[in-house]
Amino acid sequence: MLGYLSDDLTTGAAPAERPTIMAVDRRRFLGGAAAGLALAAFAGRAGAFERYDTGGSEMRHGLVRDPLVFVSIDPDGTVTLIAHRSEMGTGIRTSLPMVLADEMEADWSRVVIEQADGNEPRYGNQNTDGSRSMRHHIQPMRQMGASVRHMLAGAAAERWGVDPAAVTVALHEVKGPEGQVLGFGDLAEAAMARPVPAFEELSFKTAEDFRYIATGEVPITDLHDITTGRAVYGADVMLEGMRTAVVARPPVVGGRVASHDATETLKVPGVLSVHELSGKALPGKFAPLGGIAVVATDTHAALTGRRALKVTWEDGPNAGYTTADYRAEMEETAKKPGKVKRETGDVDRAFAEADRVIAHSYYQDHMAQAPMEPPAAVARFRDGHMEVWAPVQSPHTAREDIAGDLGLGVEDVTVHVTLLGGGFGRKSKADFATEAARLARETGAPVRVQWTREDDIRHSFYHTTSVERIEAAVDADGRVTGWRHNSVSPSIMSTFAPDVRHHFNIEDGMGHVDVPFAIPNIRCDNGPAVAHTRIGWWRSVSNVPRAFAVQSFVAELAHELGRDQKEMLLELIGPDRTLSPEEENMPEDFWNYGDPYSEFPIETGRLKNVLTMAADAAGWGREMPEGEGLGLAVHRSFLSHVGIAAHVRIEDGRIRLPETHIAIDCGFAANPERIRSQMEGAAVMGMTLALHSAITHENGRVVQSNFNDYDVVRSDNFPEKVVTHIVEHPFSVHATGVGEPGVPPMAPAIANAVFNATGRRLRDLPTGEYLDT
Amino acid sequence: MATLEINGTAHRVEAPDDMPLLWAIRDIAGLTGTKYGCGAGLCGSCVVHLDGKAVKSCITPVGEAAGKPVTTIEGLDPDGAHPLQVAWRDFNVPQCGFCQAGQIMQAAALLEETPDITEDQILAGMRGNVCRCGCYQRIVAAVRHAATGG
Repeated sequence: MLGYLSDDLTTGAAPAERPTIMAVDRRRFLGGAAAGLALAAFAGRAGAFERYDTGGSEMRHGLVRDPLVFVSIDPDGTVTLIAHRSEMGTGIRTSLPMVLADEMEADWSRVVIEQADGNEPRYGNQNTDGSRSMRHHIQPMRQMGASVRHMLAGAAAERWGVDPAAVTVALHEVKGPEGQVLGFGDLAEAAMARPVPAFEELSFKTAEDFRYIATGEVPITDLHDITTGRAVYGADVMLEGMRTAVVARPPVVGGRVASHDATETLKVPGVLSVHELSGKALPGKFAPLGGIAVVATDTHAALTGRRALKVTWEDGPNAGYTTADYRAEMEETAKKPGKVKRETGDVDRAFAEADRVIAHSYYQDHMAQAPMEPPAAVARFRDGHMEVWAPVQSPHTAREDIAGDLGLGVEDVTVHVTLLGGGFGRKSKADFATEAARLARETGAPVRVQWTREDDIRHSFYHTTSVERIEAAVDADGRVTGWRHNSVSPSIMSTFAPDVRHHFNIEDGMGHVDVPFAIPNIRCDNGPAVAHTRIGWWRSVSNVPRAFAVQSFVAELAHELGRDQKEMLLELIGPDRTLSPEEENMPEDFWNYGDPYSEFPIETGRLKNVLTMAADAAGWGREMPEGEGLGLAVHRSFLSHVGIAAHVRIEDGRIRLPETHIAIDCGFAANPERIRSQMEGAAVMGMTLALHSAITHENGRVVQSNFNDYDVVRSDNFPEKVVTHIVEHPFSVHATGVGEPGVPPMAPAIANAVFNATGRRLRDLPTGEYLDT
Repeated sequence: MATLEINGTAHRVEAPDDMPLLWAIRDIAGLTGTKYGCGAGLCGSCVVHLDGKAVKSCITPVGEAAGKPVTTIEGLDPDGAHPLQVAWRDFNVPQCGFCQAGQIMQAAALLEETPDITEDQILAGMRGNVCRCGCYQRIVAAVRHAATGG
């Protein structure tokens, strides 16, 4: 999610290089067409698309809007569109090309998707995280689609010697005023020779003209391949003479090999060689951890060989990292004043004058992303060029990391992006691809590095562990007059920089300083914490513990003050308004998910609306049977506002979720079908993190190993009926994040529902699937 | 050296008997539709049919599979038109897609064994198949649809 992180760390990067405009090879020509309406009609509707600023242009290598880079047309009319973002399950490999195809009036059945290699100077930013793909790229996609449509229409008009305004473009055809018809393929070459129109010259479709956008009727492009076993993920790339490697990595981050004996390993049939890999201690960015690699003819031989290895590890400075102790330390820290991140009003006075103070503390363990596809990558080194196939979220970063690690030029590294069998932030970090590249060069043969599930669970870049302590000052009338939230957790920045003890602005901006409450006196502080493992981002990142704490705390306040949770929440959010960072005294470096605040503000009306939508759909306020309860939570993240109402039923002490309502306001909904699937998935992942997900450490070592002790929600206890309610908006209401924002409100909605069902307040994540009886 | 019959084709497999069937299918026969997810029979990404029954190929030794027909996702239906594959597409089930072959193979064996399947039997029968993207609601709907045709 946070690729902007690495971007931030390379400030001063060269401005986006303009892509080279050149004829595409493979006998494809650029082409396009106007919609089922005359160009003139379109031109009159330019207002259908008013450009707005996004953070996309501030991302590394920015945005590319050149159709010659993204679109090509074969003489037979086949339209090939580039998917430059990584597909990890959100459907983006379909949704962005779909937007372009619609705007250019391409017939989707004649569109082929081609996955881009990692090449940001050519394609613009490719870092697929932060729930940014649609919100940053929908405008460039529409612009490129319209450009191609105009170019094809212009080419046809010229051929027929007619006024371009008399030409119409519809579904892969261009039609002239006297019934002339040419297909996209017929016009491709001529259209290709035309200049790309400026934005101001373009006309755009209006909502009623959309064929695919906003309909939710376009299946994902890989659907058939996935259901027939033909889809290619990282480990599925097969090269002639390829070997398979597994790596024994130091069990403690920062540890290293003291000595090793591979005698028995080398006796295993199929084992070819053993290699010591160097590793980096914290802060190692995305560098491999090091260890001993076993290279073999096949995976079984490699694994057998690894089991036969004798390695003595030197554990290094993090060998004392033990979860229970660290938790106690964070809890103590959270009770003391921390580094102030936001101070609004006079907090000390509010607490001094309070009639009562209510304080609670919420805890979360580390989590591993555990995508179904464990990390795997294939590399081949030939004639000084490194070619890598990998399921990576940020292929250009991977390319740079590999080049840097191997001392190659970036141009000497190619990264082909396979499908990702889930990412959730793990595959933003291409340490596994670097391992494959090193071994390919060292062995001279193509190498696939395969991580086992145990490797994945034990050597991740973990979601941080945290204590969130919130205190409220309440006056004699039961009004909340003061709010203090001390957020304590080792920072992601510790993976990138030494001596980090505090959060940085990206973490502050995810549910801490952006608390949207109309409370006059607010302090958000951050006690110090030092990382002892690799901290990384995990779907929705800091929003998970913050939404859990804030939304649980409000429910606790409501209970303790004898109020209804929904009414209390609505009151705290206050009147409908657009929050002003200045008036709220937000920090100067307030981070709004990397996007301009003026375009993507915090809007309390939208927050209250999604809360009310979810609550109403669930029947909030109704009498619930014994052992059942509804719980609410609402949270803004990734610029989207999401409200959840969870219905919990306790069966023999087991927390079950018969029904969940999720209301999302993500601005313009480009692909409602995939928005629904993301919400259904967020409910499952939210339930998993609420009930199951704990990575704990003993003496620096991760205790868990596989899905037996790092369990996840399964089909016998899952959110059985997730109903997604999408707030409808026109295109002018900017599209915002979808992949992540469904996750944060889920755990507090469940915890609040459990409380309403049982009177039991759960303040630790994970809670466990069974309540102690 | 064993001979495996995978999707009706004989594959001569030079492998120790304890090699998991999964790796023989993937690394030796070169069929990559069957996925590695856990290596311990905990996630179901690797489910294939052995003699018509669903097995987790990551914990099934090659020695046990020799001489019995193995069906992988690639061999479930020549055109990908098995009712479950069709239902999967009708319900737009997959997100990342990685676990789906195992899910479909598990469901296919389940429906073969239990044609008049109940909702609870679907939920219990699919318990061994993890989907981290969280497609369960659609998986269950697709299995139900394929089972009842409606």
